[in-house]
Amino acid sequence: MVNEALLWMLAEGVYDTLYMTLVSTLFSYFFGMFMGVALVVWRPSGIRPRPVLYGVLDVLVNLTRSFPFLILMIAVIPVTRLLIGTTIGNNATVVPLVIAAAPFVARLIESSLLEVDSGVVEAAQSMGATMPQLITKVLIPEAMPSLINGSAIAATTILGYSAMSGAVGGGGLGKLAIMYGYNRYQTDIMFATVVLLIIIVQILQSIGNWMTKRSDKRIL
Amino acid sequence: MAEPIIQIQNLEKRFVSKNTEVYALRGVSLDIEQGDIFGIIGKSGAGKSTLVRCINMLERPTGGAVLVEGKDMCRLSNAELCTARRSMGMIFQQFNLLMQRTTEENVCFPLELAGVPKHEAKKRAAELLQLVGLAERVRSYPSQLSGGQKQRVAIARALATNPKVLLCDEATSALDPATTDSVLALIKDINTRLGITVIVITHEMSVIEKICNHVAIINRGTIVESGTVEEVFFHPKTEEARRLVISEGQKTTESGKNLFRLLFNGRSSFEPVIANLVRECDVAVNIMFANTKDIGGQAFGQMLLQLPDDPEVIARVLAYAKAKELSLEEMSNG
Ligand SMILES: Nc1ncnc2c1ncn2[C@@H]1O[C@H](COP(=O)(O)OP(=O)(O)OP(=O)(O)O)[C@@H](O)[C@H]1O
Ligand SMILES: [Mg+2]
Repeated sequence: MVNEALLWMLAEGVYDTLYMTLVSTLFSYFFGMFMGVALVVWRPSGIRPRPVLYGVLDVLVNLTRSFPFLILMIAVIPVTRLLIGTTIGNNATVVPLVIAAAPFVARLIESSLLEVDSGVVEAAQSMGATMPQLITKVLIPEAMPSLINGSAIAATTILGYSAMSGAVGGGGLGKLAIMYGYNRYQTDIMFATVVLLIIIVQILQSIGNWMTKRSDKRIL
Repeated sequence: MAEPIIQIQNLEKRFVSKNTEVYALRGVSLDIEQGDIFGIIGKSGAGKSTLVRCINMLERPTGGAVLVEGKDMCRLSNAELCTARRSMGMIFQQFNLLMQRTTEENVCFPLELAGVPKHEAKKRAAELLQLVGLAERVRSYPSQLSGGQKQRVAIARALATNPKVLLCDEATSALDPATTDSVLALIKDINTRLGITVIVITHEMSVIEKICNHVAIINRGTIVESGTVEEVFFHPKTEEARRLVISEGQKTTESGKNLFRLLFNGRSSFEPVIANLVRECDVAVNIMFANTKDIGGQAFGQMLLQLPDDPEVIARVLAYAKAKELSLEEMSNG
């Protein structure tokens, strides 16, 4: 049963899954970072309270997060086609993945930044820190271990979404599992893809844990 | 006399939440002279923190004015405020160091904010860490330092930008007595050596006695008494002041009538003073409390006495005290 073609297929599945996960995570962090910082800065107790903007952003994030991923994927098909030109394949899957994951990442970032002691922020303000300085030199560096920890959670969650996308035109291990395991009853292939997914999640999480611990100067 | 470096004029801070409003400060006016160590003392919730935080606009006053070197802090633009804040250092009860930065990087931080080149900042940090006695801990992280050491780093950091004023909000409240003394000594040393004006917020009279020249007593958001530490110690005018100068935690002034506070020079003369008084006036006194204090570098003994409920006896004792030039003041309000 184990032949070279099958192994290549699985290897390609792993590659596609990693590609989608990585690219989506990067884009989600790009957008999520702005939203997460805004949620912290604009909140009523934040450094620049903007209750209305905060309220709008808060609801928007909740709205996107309450969409089941599969429904969202189908709902954003027009956007995907507009941006990528097609609705199948790795790059096409990145679009709904980012739309679904960015608000999630925003929440992760928000909760990490909120862990920073308000006294430290205040001390920096007392030294004449400007708004951008507070964000880039206090909030983000002080929250770094927690942010790294969050990024492992984000990456593994996005990996899970990417596998799900196999059901509606996405590639990677999820597609293999559905194509062979579900449609053709080849449970051994489905089993192999699941094991591979587990291994990838384990590795991502371990790297995350290791980097979190290494970056944190509070526990030496 | 030169213009006070800090002038607080009729300051008011009102907190509005839901349907209640709290006046944390009301009609507070203080002048703080250049080079002074000015203490502000009061109970928890009196408004001490709010008051210092209004000086560097961490808290926006809702009325009145704060002038620092003649400039009204309330009217500064954001950019001007950032610059003004660099001439005022602040230290906190919880130290508030950046936990992900080393000692040296913490001290360099305000310089980095001000755009000082890195090598210059490092040089300045080395000087300051030398000054606070932590030269060998440059590479340590805050989590590796004791509370006293953390506060020293915080002091070095607050001094990095050469401020004219140092604001201390309960800077020693999280430290043990010995560490408190060493940190207070450091603050005093900085004041004399660098001429920095220091504002000390505390709820402990001992802190005021050790380093301050002037003191203001704050209660429920208003200044109830202020003056030199000697003035307030020898002639407390208000109930709050009396309670503070006796001793923290002593409830004696609230319980009992005919309480008198006896003050005299020196440390070792409790027994003769009281023995003579008892013999000469033929009176049985009840010693409620006694201790010695260092005020302005001089030792004073103080005793809280309860006299019999007999106007004639009390008059006799007062006359005796006057003749012997002892300071004896009634403490209870009847
Ligand atoms: N952000 C705020 N919102 C509402 N009320 C506040 C706020 N900050 C302070 N207060 C109120 O103002 C009063 C003074 O508070 P402040 O923190 O200045 O007291 P404090 O003298 O520093 O007390 P402590 O010794 O406990 O630190 C208190 O009654 C407090 O409840
Ligand atoms: Mg306070």
